[in-house]
Amino acid sequence: MAEERRVLTGTHFMNGDVACAEGAIAAGCKFFAGYPITPATEIAERMARRLVEVGGIYVQMEDELASMAAIIGASWAGAKSMTATSGPGFSLMQENIGLAVITETPCIVVDIMRGAPSTGQPTEGAQQDVMQSKWGSHGDYEIIALAPASVQEMFDLTIECFNMSETYRVPTFLLADGFTAHLWERVIIPPPEQIKTVERKKPTVPPDEYMPFKPDDDLVPPMASFGEGYHVHVTGLTHDERGYPKTVDPKTQHELVQRLCEKIRKNADKIIRTHEFVLEDAEVAVIAYGIPSRASLSAVKMARESGIKAGLLRLITVWPFPEKQVEELSNRVKGIVVPEMNYGQIVREVERAAKETPVHFLAKLGGEPHKPSEIVEVIRRAAKA
Amino acid sequence: MTVAQQFDRHPLAKYLREERLPHIWCEGCGNGIILSSFVSALDDLSIDMNKLVVVSGIGCIGRVAGYIKCDSFHTTHGRPIALATGIKLANPKLTITVISGDGDLFAIGGNHFIHAARRNVDMTVICSNNFNYGMTGGQFGPTTPLGSYTTTTPYGNIEHPFNLVHLAAAAGAVYVARWTVLHVKRLTESINKALQKKGFKFIEVVSPCPEIFGRRNKLGEAVDIMERYRRIAEITHGYDPSKAEITDERVILGEFVDIKKPTYEELLKKQFIKVQKLTGG
Repeated sequence: MAEERRVLTGTHFMNGDVACAEGAIAAGCKFFAGYPITPATEIAERMARRLVEVGGIYVQMEDELASMAAIIGASWAGAKSMTATSGPGFSLMQENIGLAVITETPCIVVDIMRGAPSTGQPTEGAQQDVMQSKWGSHGDYEIIALAPASVQEMFDLTIECFNMSETYRVPTFLLADGFTAHLWERVIIPPPEQIKTVERKKPTVPPDEYMPFKPDDDLVPPMASFGEGYHVHVTGLTHDERGYPKTVDPKTQHELVQRLCEKIRKNADKIIRTHEFVLEDAEVAVIAYGIPSRASLSAVKMARESGIKAGLLRLITVWPFPEKQVEELSNRVKGIVVPEMNYGQIVREVERAAKETPVHFLAKLGGEPHKPSEIVEVIRRAAKA
Repeated sequence: MTVAQQFDRHPLAKYLREERLPHIWCEGCGNGIILSSFVSALDDLSIDMNKLVVVSGIGCIGRVAGYIKCDSFHTTHGRPIALATGIKLANPKLTITVISGDGDLFAIGGNHFIHAARRNVDMTVICSNNFNYGMTGGQFGPTTPLGSYTTTTPYGNIEHPFNLVHLAAAAGAVYVARWTVLHVKRLTESINKALQKKGFKFIEVVSPCPEIFGRRNKLGEAVDIMERYRRIAEITHGYDPSKAEITDERVILGEFVDIKKPTYEELLKKQFIKVQKLTGG
């Protein structure tokens, strides 16, 4: 029965938060720890109702520090685990996101972005945590972040987050704006056999030969779960391949941090997903992610109708940033337009990759998404320049 | 086998990651005694080391997780109980022990302690209470006695300390005990009992820090501190924990709470069965 309830195959009308929860369960998530927060609460509510049906655990923790800690613990006990939050909770999670990075713990953090700083605009969507998702915890590291732009993608990309997190042993973020999370749209949930799920690599050697943090060629070490007899020691301190603290050895620190970054950077081509729309002959490229990419699509069509050759590059993977794709695109367009629901975050990465090509930024603050006409105006400016 | 060969290896060494020794703790520190009491209890119970998980936080005693030969997690500061909650709920077959310090468990991690006790998550929490932050060089913490000198109370501590056994009892722990590292046998028996009991169990271990806390407060050598424990300790089981605050003149030891209450895991299991019936499973 539990297995039958795991994937609700069929056509549904649901909101983005609920679709995210269904994606998680379809991906095999068996543990959710969270703390209520707008506009992510519906994910927790759906998980509380649904996880128990599939033999999973929903636990409401005392805060987001604890939620993040609990999903790390659950992951080491062998469960695919997830939490969901918004800006203020995401800030609290940064501490243990760092722990998940250094201990290479597969786990999913859903951040439904709302207006910030601080308590900000709880009920309005935004994209203000994009840089925080990359740099929020202290130290050097790489993570993976995916940005859905529809309710269907809230489902699909949550599954993708689990698959990537299990593959690379890295905390992976579903970075959704509050609008996409609260949209109601049609979602098609395929039959279970059509949903690709990935499980973490397990050790192939006996416990006495197992080095818990010794990577394979892909820079990712196989992961034993607690209770399997491998006697793994896991620490937030800088550690050697055995997992033991080695905090004053420059070589150990260098190699560990380098590998934590390189296992993502070297696999970037496999991780990065983008979506292109009429870019082949474009003179102006719009680069967008999340809800602004929907207005951008209309804007590109409107611009084309008025004779401007515009196109859209939609970022599905935000981190690692699709640097090569943007650089390549910048070499063949006159200008780039970046609409974001913040005061300038991903645009910095675009500028870095685009080098000499002019980049026109269109900030949107206040809790209302961009209007296509506003984007068209900037496309026009970019076409004239 | 000769006697020498027989004692070549400590009988409890099999429970330790011997390659990690010697440990980092100062001479006279009580943490080694807590570790040896813990592994003695494991030995008495013939615990399956493949199903034991030790979780610790940050601080001197935080290193303990790395010395025990089982699955172990040395977490971020204050978070061992929250992380242990995730481990236990995701795999209820595991036996979870959190071993950490007074600052880790009751200052930065205080919220996690009270909520795990309230939920009655099945784990044993052992607190090495040395009355200060030793790892960072001796600052005052949530159990530092009023008037004590530390590097951040150079004129004497003006904060009232927690009475940990009262806090644990009020938060809902099903087993609450306090010992000192002088009372090794009773401490070991207490750990043994806690490991067999279901629910949230708490053991406070009063532990000397002669190098750092002791020196600034003129408590003498480790042996003087142990002698003081002998002098002021009073063992009274069932004592009212609200009246058991530690003073210069008296430290009440014993079992303060030993009750039965459904654990989080038991209630979860019941709910799972209920939902299976509802969904026709």
